Amino acid sequence: MNDFRPLTLHVPEPAVRPGGTPDFSNVKIPKAGAVPRPEVNANPEDIRDLAFSIIRVLNRAGEAVGPWAGLLSDEELVEGMRNMMTLRTFDARMLIAQRQGKTSFYMQHLGEEAISCAFRKALSSGDMNFPTYRQAGLLIASGYPMVDMMCQVYSNSRDPLKGRQLPVMYSSKEHGFFTISGNLATQYVQAVGWAMASAIRNDTKIAAAWIGDGSTAESDFHAALVFASTYKAPVILNIVNNQWAISTFQGIARGGAGTFAARGLGFGIPSLRVDGNDYLAVYAVAKWAAERARRNLGPTLVEYVTYRAGAHSTSDDPSAYRPKTESDAWPLGDPIIRLKNHLIVRGVWSEERHKQAEAEILDTVIAAQKEAESYGTLHAGGKPSARDMFEGVYAEMPPHLRRQRQQAGV
Amino acid sequence: MARMTMIEAIRDAMDVMMARDDRVVVFGEDVGYFGGVFRCTAGLQQKYGKTRCFDAPISESGIVGTAIGMATYGLRPCIEIQFADYMYPAYDQIVSEAARLRYRSNGEFTCPLVIRMPTGGGIFGGQTHSQSPEALFTHVAGLKTVVPSNPYDAKGLLIAAIEDPDPVIFLEPKRLYNGPFDGHHDRPVTPWSKHDLGEVPAGHFTHPLGKASVVREGSAMTVLAYGTMVYVAQAAAAETGIDAEIIDLRTLVPLDMDTIATSVRKTGRCVIVHEATLTSGFGAELAALVQEACFFQLEAPITRVTGWDTPYPHAQEWDYFPGPARVGRALVETMEA
Repeated sequence: MNDFRPLTLHVPEPAVRPGGTPDFSNVKIPKAGAVPRPEVNANPEDIRDLAFSIIRVLNRAGEAVGPWAGLLSDEELVEGMRNMMTLRTFDARMLIAQRQGKTSFYMQHLGEEAISCAFRKALSSGDMNFPTYRQAGLLIASGYPMVDMMCQVYSNSRDPLKGRQLPVMYSSKEHGFFTISGNLATQYVQAVGWAMASAIRNDTKIAAAWIGDGSTAESDFHAALVFASTYKAPVILNIVNNQWAISTFQGIARGGAGTFAARGLGFGIPSLRVDGNDYLAVYAVAKWAAERARRNLGPTLVEYVTYRAGAHSTSDDPSAYRPKTESDAWPLGDPIIRLKNHLIVRGVWSEERHKQAEAEILDTVIAAQKEAESYGTLHAGGKPSARDMFEGVYAEMPPHLRRQRQQAGV
Repeated sequence: MARMTMIEAIRDAMDVMMARDDRVVVFGEDVGYFGGVFRCTAGLQQKYGKTRCFDAPISESGIVGTAIGMATYGLRPCIEIQFADYMYPAYDQIVSEAARLRYRSNGEFTCPLVIRMPTGGGIFGGQTHSQSPEALFTHVAGLKTVVPSNPYDAKGLLIAAIEDPDPVIFLEPKRLYNGPFDGHHDRPVTPWSKHDLGEVPAGHFTHPLGKASVVREGSAMTVLAYGTMVYVAQAAAAETGIDAEIIDLRTLVPLDMDTIATSVRKTGRCVIVHEATLTSGFGAELAALVQEACFFQLEAPITRVTGWDTPYPHAQEWDYFPGPARVGRALVETMEA
C-alpha cells in the first residue's frame, strides 16, 4: 500500500550539448551601471541583492558608467590592457610549447584574463593570494618575471621549484602568490587562516582566497566560509564561475539554488556578483572588498561571472561535451576586446596601437621563451638535479632520506 | 620539579611555549573557554587571551586548514583534534598540504605546525574513540609523528614539536593521561603522582625528536613499543621473567634506527607491539627495517603483537587490546623459537 509513485533521481544537464546551438538566454545580464555601490561598512543584510545581480561598468558602447566606474587612470587601464594581452600571449606560446613536447602539461586562462589581472591591482605589497591554477594574471600583474614562470612550466635547470611541481603550479611568496596545490579548494580555508593570523598579529595585511565554480562543492569551501564568518577574517573569498569544471557544467555544483555568491549570505558574509570580463568592474569590486577587509569589517565573497573559453587543460577536448561555438555566444564577451573598446572610446588607444602592442608583447614573450628554453625543457637540455628530489621534504634531511639518496646514487 | 599528570605536562608545555613565543597559538574544538574535553588547555585562554587560545567550529579540515594558513604567515599553531578518530576530515589538509608545502614551494612556504590528537584504546571508547591511526601519518613524506608515554616525555617532546620547523603529528595516548596503564584492567590504576616519570621539570626543556628511550635494559630480546604498550611490555616482561630490552620509540618518524639496531644485534630477537591493527601497521615497517639491519643476528622470526584487523569494538575491549597476557605469550614463543 503506497500512495506515492516511485522516486526518480534528478541529474542536471547543461542547456546545450555538442551539435546544439549555444544558448545563454538563462543568464540574466543587467545593464552596466545598474547595480548600486554601497558603503563598505553597509549592513550585510541590506545588500543581499548584490549576490543575485551582476555588477558591470563597461556598457555596449565601451563607456564606463555607473557608481562603480571612475577608479582607474588612463595609465592604469593601459597597463591592465597590456597585462591581459601578455597573459593571453603567454598562454598561447606555452600551449604550443606543450604541443611541441617541450613540457607535459599546460592550462590556459583564455577569457578569464581580466579577473586575476585586475584583482591584483587592488591588493598591496604584503597581501597574500591563495590562487588556483587559473590565476597566473596575479603573477603577471605583480611583475613576476615571465622567464621564471616559463622555467617552472619547463621544469628546467632554472625552475624555481626544482622540477618538483607539475607545470603552472607556481609559487612566489615575494609576489603574494601562495604555492599552488593540485588538491582543489584546500587553499581556500588556508587563506582564511592566513588572514586570521594577520588579525591575531594586529597586522594590516589581508588575504585573498580563490576557487572555481566546480570546487565550491568541496568541503573546504564550506569550512572556509564558516571560519571567515566566525572570526571576521580579513579575507576576500573569490569564486571564479567560468561555467565549467572540466566537462561538468556549473549546475552540477550549484544544486540549482540561487547563485554562487548567494552561498555567502547564509554565513552573514557580504556577497557580490560581478562581470568577470569587465576589467573595471573586477577592479572596483576587488577594491571595495579589500577596503572592507583592511577596515577590519571582515570577509567579502565575490563571484566573478565569466566563461572558460579554452579547454580545461592541454589534456582536455571541450568539443566532446559542449558546442564549439559556445564561447562566441557568451553574452559578456571577451575581456580584452571590451577593455580595448573602452580605451579607444577614452581616446587613449587605437586599432594601430593595439596591433603594435600585440607585436611588442609577442616579441617580449618570445624573447622570454628563448631565454627560458636556453635553461632546458622537460625532455631536453638542463634539468634540476636528482639530488633536489630529496631536499626540502623536511627542514633537515632525516637519516632515512639520507640513506635513500645514497641508494639513488645522487 | 613538580609531579604532573600527562594532561598537566601537556598543558604546561603549551603554557611554557605561549609565554616564550607570542607566535604560538592554540585552538580546536572546546579548547578555549572550557579548556578542552581532557583539560589539556585549561586556563590558557584566561592567561593568554582569546586571540592566543580559542574555540573552533566543529570542522577538522577547517581547523587544520586555517592552522596551515597561519603557519605559512609565520605563526606557530599548536592545534587539537579532539580524538585521533576524527582526523579523517582533515586528512587531505594534513597529507596534501601541511606535509608538502616546504617541498612543493622549494622552501618558500613552510608549515611549523603541531597537531595534537588523543589516541589509543583501553578506555571502552568503542570504534571512534580508540583508534591508533599513526601508520596513516608515518606513511606520509614530510610529516613527523610523535607518541609520548609519560608526563616527562610528553612535555619535552611537545615543546620540541612546537619549536620544530616542520609539521608534527603529536599523538597522546589518552589511556595514559592520568596514570600509566599496563593492560591489567582489573587492577586499580596508579596515578602519575606515584610514578617517577610523573616528575616533570619546570620551565623550558626538550627531548629531541627522533630519539628513542630504552626503558628497560635486557639481553634476551628486544621489544619495540610506544604509547600505552610500553607499560604492557614492561608488565609482560616482569610476569614472564624474560630479560627483555624494552625500547619506547617516542618518535616514529624520524625513527631512531640506531638504538633499535644496536639492541636487536645484541639480543638477537625482536617483538613489536602496538595497539593499531596489524596489516600495514607501523609494526610492518619496524619488522622490515629490523630484518634489513639485523638479518644475520636474528635467532627467531620477528613477531608482532597488535590490535586485530577489525574496527575497535566496544564490549570486546579486552579481547581486542593487546594486553600483558597476549604480549607475554609472544615473548615466550619468541624465546622458544
